Amino acid sequence: MIPAIDVEQVSKSFGGTRALDGISLTIGQGEFFGLLGPNGAGKTTLINILAGLVIASSGSARVLGHDVIADYRSARRALGVVPQELVFDPFFTVHETLVFQSGYFGLRDNHGWIEEVMHNLDLSDRASTNMRALSGGMKRRVLVAQALVHKPPVIVLDEPTAGVDVELRQALWQFVRRLNRDGHTIVLTTHYLEEAEALCGRIAMLKQGRIVALDSTQNLLRLHSGCYLELRVQPDRLPESLAALVTLRREGGYRLALRDYTEVESVIAVLRSAGIAIQELEVLQPDLEEIFVQIMRRT
Amino acid sequence: MPVIHHPSPLTGFWTLFRKEWLRFWKVSVQTILAPVLTVLLFLVVFAHSLSGRVEIFPGVDYAAFLVPGLAMMSVLQNTFANSSSSLMQSKMTGNIVFVLLPPFSHQEFFGAYLLAAVVRGLVVGAGVFIATVWFVDLRLERPLWSAAFALAGSGVMGALGIIAGIHSDKVDELAAFQNFIILPLTFLSGVFYSIQSLPPFWQAASHLNPIFYMVDGFRYGFFGASDVSPWLSLAVVGGSFFALSFFTLWLLRSGYKLRH
Repeated sequence: MIPAIDVEQVSKSFGGTRALDGISLTIGQGEFFGLLGPNGAGKTTLINILAGLVIASSGSARVLGHDVIADYRSARRALGVVPQELVFDPFFTVHETLVFQSGYFGLRDNHGWIEEVMHNLDLSDRASTNMRALSGGMKRRVLVAQALVHKPPVIVLDEPTAGVDVELRQALWQFVRRLNRDGHTIVLTTHYLEEAEALCGRIAMLKQGRIVALDSTQNLLRLHSGCYLELRVQPDRLPESLAALVTLRREGGYRLALRDYTEVESVIAVLRSAGIAIQELEVLQPDLEEIFVQIMRRT
Repeated sequence: MPVIHHPSPLTGFWTLFRKEWLRFWKVSVQTILAPVLTVLLFLVVFAHSLSGRVEIFPGVDYAAFLVPGLAMMSVLQNTFANSSSSLMQSKMTGNIVFVLLPPFSHQEFFGAYLLAAVVRGLVVGAGVFIATVWFVDLRLERPLWSAAFALAGSGVMGALGIIAGIHSDKVDELAAFQNFIILPLTFLSGVFYSIQSLPPFWQAASHLNPIFYMVDGFRYGFFGASDVSPWLSLAVVGGSFFALSFFTLWLLRSGYKLRH
């Protein structure tokens, strides 16, 4: 099957700054894929190369097999992008904005789908409102709607929930999950790693223009097999040998970072031999955010 | 599995044209009424001070001589203003992304911005005639010549506006383009006078100004008289249009200042 996105050895420099350094990446059709990285890692540059907003210095990129330069019209038809910046055209209403965007992609009589998108993003009541009069969250909804209005097989969401309320997040993820179930490929960049963990089947982590981790979300969580032990003890102190493991000290409790689960037993033994009673004990798995921090520190 | 929708032919082009048309139509007080009023003020001032004292073409009152020139000047200035300001504003606000993400061909992109700009120019020009026809005795002897120059001239300025809009990143860059290139060339193009009345050096200099040929050719359609042959004017204006169109399409293909 033709990959939804296929990037080969893509590099991009802006003046003396290397934003992307030989990225290769394949995303299959129907995947929910996360593109994570700190600010300046190159996520948006990569997205902009796929969208044709930025031209790669070297390498090639294809959307559903269509080269983004040589066959840019087919590539762009296949792609819907929610840009990161909150941009809008102040001359038009929400409905006009969506009708225009649909028309730009060559779609006439697309009113049924436009209504459905507006309904799902809770924009129906604002259809006749001028874009200028919308709140930031509402403008973000319209940006999402604009990206979906031509029903693209590949949808790229560049930090779509930055600065938006819980209600929109939930509505947006519900809608995007449905699109993914219907076969749309979703590529998501976000700084909310709990969202990526909950939604993405596979994740690539970028740092300084390079991919430093690329695996399924489950494997990323599993491969980093460390765990955390949260303890409340009496008396409220830890033996010297355990002090080095403490990552968090809360009132009446400690969080210890362990290499794996087998270390739990030895911690308990050390506490017993020191005459310290355990009042509460909980073993926690690291989440994606902790793994992200570990990977970024290590690479 | 979702599939790529096959577009209806020309839907993208017409949608972009319609968006550009509505963009100026929604603020028509500023984009149409204001330029017509400006022309009326020019006409009142110049016609009042010079009518009866100056006769440029035999039997043609100065006010009648002035109206086609002023109309053409407003057509050209507003055509340029439309495409240049639309693109520059979109770049500044970032909403240019909405027309860069869709699968427009370079020709569709160019054509839609150009056509909308030409339409605005012609609407303003028509507004000038509607406003002046009541108190200026004007005859239109060769309407096809005037129509040809209105279209070709506004085409040149629309293309030039697209180039200026793509090139300018800030308001003052575009203002410099307008104030130091477009405005002097328009005012020195024979709108208010015949270049036959100028000293030889300035006559020769006027022949280097493409806007002179637009105004002179347009005026020929009204009076059947002109400073240079209308065929020469048509060749210059038509040639300029094709040259600027090819250059603009090359800019769009290269992604200059639009795609980094």
